[in-house]
Amino acid sequence: MKQTFRTSMLAAAIAITAAWGTGVCAQDIKVGGLATLEGPFAVPGQDSMRGIELALSEANYTAGGKKITLIKASSNANPDVAVNAARKLVEQDKIDILIGPLSGSEGLAVKDYAKTQPNTTFVNGSSAAQDTTLRDPAPNFYRFSTDGAQWMAGLGEYVYKNKGFKKVAVVAEDYSFPYTQVLGFMLPFCQAGGKVPEKFGVPLGNKDYSSVIAKLPQDVDAIYVALGGADAINFLTQYQQAGGNKPLIGGSITVDQTVLGSKGRIRDAVIGVPAAGPIADSWDNPKWKAFVAAYKAKFPDGLPSPSLFAHAYYVETKAVLAALNQVNGDLSGGQAKFRQALSKLKLDTPTGMVTLDENRNAIADIFLTEVAVGQGGGLYNKVIRVIPQVNQTLGTDKAKFMALGPVSRTNPECK
Amino acid sequence: MSAIAPPSAALDTLPGGTAARRRYPVRPQHVLVAVLLVIYPLLATDFWTLQIGAQSLLLGVIALSLMFLAGYGGMVSLAQMTVAGLAAYMMAIFGVSAIPVSLGWPWWVVVPLSLAIATLFATFVGALSVRTEGIYTIMITLAIGMAVFYLAQQNYTVFNGFDGFKGLEPPVLFDVNWRNPLPFYYLCLTVAVLCYFAVLYLSRSTFGLSIQAIRDNPRRMRALGFNVNLHRIAAYAFAGFVAALGGVLSAWYNGRVSPGSIGIHSIIGILIIGVMGGLRHPIGPFVGAIVYVLMQTFAIDFIDRERFNTLIGTVFLLIVLFSSDGLLGLWDGIRRRLTAPRGQRRAVASKEE
Repeated sequence: MKQTFRTSMLAAAIAITAAWGTGVCAQDIKVGGLATLEGPFAVPGQDSMRGIELALSEANYTAGGKKITLIKASSNANPDVAVNAARKLVEQDKIDILIGPLSGSEGLAVKDYAKTQPNTTFVNGSSAAQDTTLRDPAPNFYRFSTDGAQWMAGLGEYVYKNKGFKKVAVVAEDYSFPYTQVLGFMLPFCQAGGKVPEKFGVPLGNKDYSSVIAKLPQDVDAIYVALGGADAINFLTQYQQAGGNKPLIGGSITVDQTVLGSKGRIRDAVIGVPAAGPIADSWDNPKWKAFVAAYKAKFPDGLPSPSLFAHAYYVETKAVLAALNQVNGDLSGGQAKFRQALSKLKLDTPTGMVTLDENRNAIADIFLTEVAVGQGGGLYNKVIRVIPQVNQTLGTDKAKFMALGPVSRTNPECK
Repeated sequence: MSAIAPPSAALDTLPGGTAARRRYPVRPQHVLVAVLLVIYPLLATDFWTLQIGAQSLLLGVIALSLMFLAGYGGMVSLAQMTVAGLAAYMMAIFGVSAIPVSLGWPWWVVVPLSLAIATLFATFVGALSVRTEGIYTIMITLAIGMAVFYLAQQNYTVFNGFDGFKGLEPPVLFDVNWRNPLPFYYLCLTVAVLCYFAVLYLSRSTFGLSIQAIRDNPRRMRALGFNVNLHRIAAYAFAGFVAALGGVLSAWYNGRVSPGSIGIHSIIGILIIGVMGGLRHPIGPFVGAIVYVLMQTFAIDFIDRERFNTLIGTVFLLIVLFSSDGLLGLWDGIRRRLTAPRGQRRAVASKEE
């Protein structure tokens, strides 16, 4: 009995001390990094962390005269898990600035959480759902990366005019980010005269595409595939194995480096696939080349070329560091000066100039690409054209754009 | 709390009458744990009260329903998280949320309705699984769980698909916002304590003893005239009600419900909590839940960002390998090993005299 009493007291003592947490140095700025280190986007998630680390190491983990501590958290593309992870970073680790999340629907959930935490600044990772900033934005949520619709700028007109695809079927995952990408593709495509007779939605993390492949219509000119990560690899492999021979059009994460760098026989299926996105692996530009070289030097076992996730997290971190330097690390008064600096920032990134609009969403350059075989046999995205300074309404009138309504499985349509 | 000083009249109604006082002894460690649980939020930060404390309690309640079915009933049901998630979804669909699909009914209609629907669903799961045993029960309940997951993920008219429902909030009663850490913790504590004692009481009641007998020898029970299937279905219904309570709490805790909450990851999570804690006594699931929540939250701080899931898996594997019944079994083993040598030493010493 004495034994159990003593052990219980010991356990209680441990519990109470643990609950008080550790002390914090007042001179440090704590930055939280949130990415999907589990689930279907685990590989992009790892690359995102590389992006943050590259940006921080270039600044020697200091900004505004203060030392920066990075605390990482993981999610798995589920909004609930992302909010739990964000809550741990903000309420337990007491971070000042959160950089993340990675996936579209996580971004929507974290934006809602941000509204309940006015004393922390939330900077996006790579989440690219439209409504994170377009509808009901949070005043402390900043997105220095462009959204999924912006990423598709130029692709719709290109496939209609240059490739001659008049009828296209769509295969996309069923959540906010692919819906946003489909909107970005369909708006200019349908305006030019194209038609989308059928759309197929698959659950995120789906492994078996046989039923979708069997139902793909034969009378279309091409198939627009807005899948990412492991889902993209699975679909492309199974489509090729099923003998599918329709030309493909890629979403921004369908033929990016996380897919092209995978080991397998999908190369036959993807050579020549046009896509568009915030980066292009082979862009002949000194700043981009310097970024790629720095990435390869710091991460010899990373991807062959930085993915758009690494780039997005890198740019967001760079923005945070630039703003901190501008205000000399002053995060007092509810971070007011810091947030002012963020809103007015004109950031020079490896992919061009980035500024924010009135919803704190980025205006940046977009790249129209095509998959090609490089020297040494590896696949890469060749730049066809750079579309400069795309804004969230894709250059159309804001009222008309908002009148289209929030993206969903059935919006937009053009049969 | 009833265990501390129950009036003798109440004791007489407990199974066994006054002899129950011997069967429900109140030891100092019980009092200590009770006091600690009550004063915990006053000592801990808001994060520890809410994300660790309240979350462990509500996960413990859901795992308690699994423990009742698996430990006392011998039926390992992987559908308990599904029942809890369904209760949460019903709260979202019938109650107030930020999604237009919700009907917006008041909480005092929605909470009993969600509990009723989830319990009915659990009874249905029981009716489907009642004739199976062992691994087949696991398979059929897992299949039901995955079916509900895919229904929730792909149905947009009722379940709102991948994004699920957000903006779920507990009602503001008696001028208290029950989502604040302190009130919410005490709400979860009350529900957890009630469920714990309900399961403990039920385990000594006629029904509970019949369930345990059915676990040990269903053929003999059938020969004795017990309706084995009906008993099992009733056990599923009771466990479903407990899980539904956990589901309502989790809807309020997360403020949202989406297919991810009832996916394979969460289903296996409840199984891990139950097995890791111990399936032989109702305190097991709560112990398992605390360890699970601590690991989920803090593993990434100790292990490389790419390997923290390996840590969780390894701890689970070690506990299962070295113990017959999770952490409770480990505790029993340690206690036995610590008391045995002393007894032997005393015997040797008395012999030498």
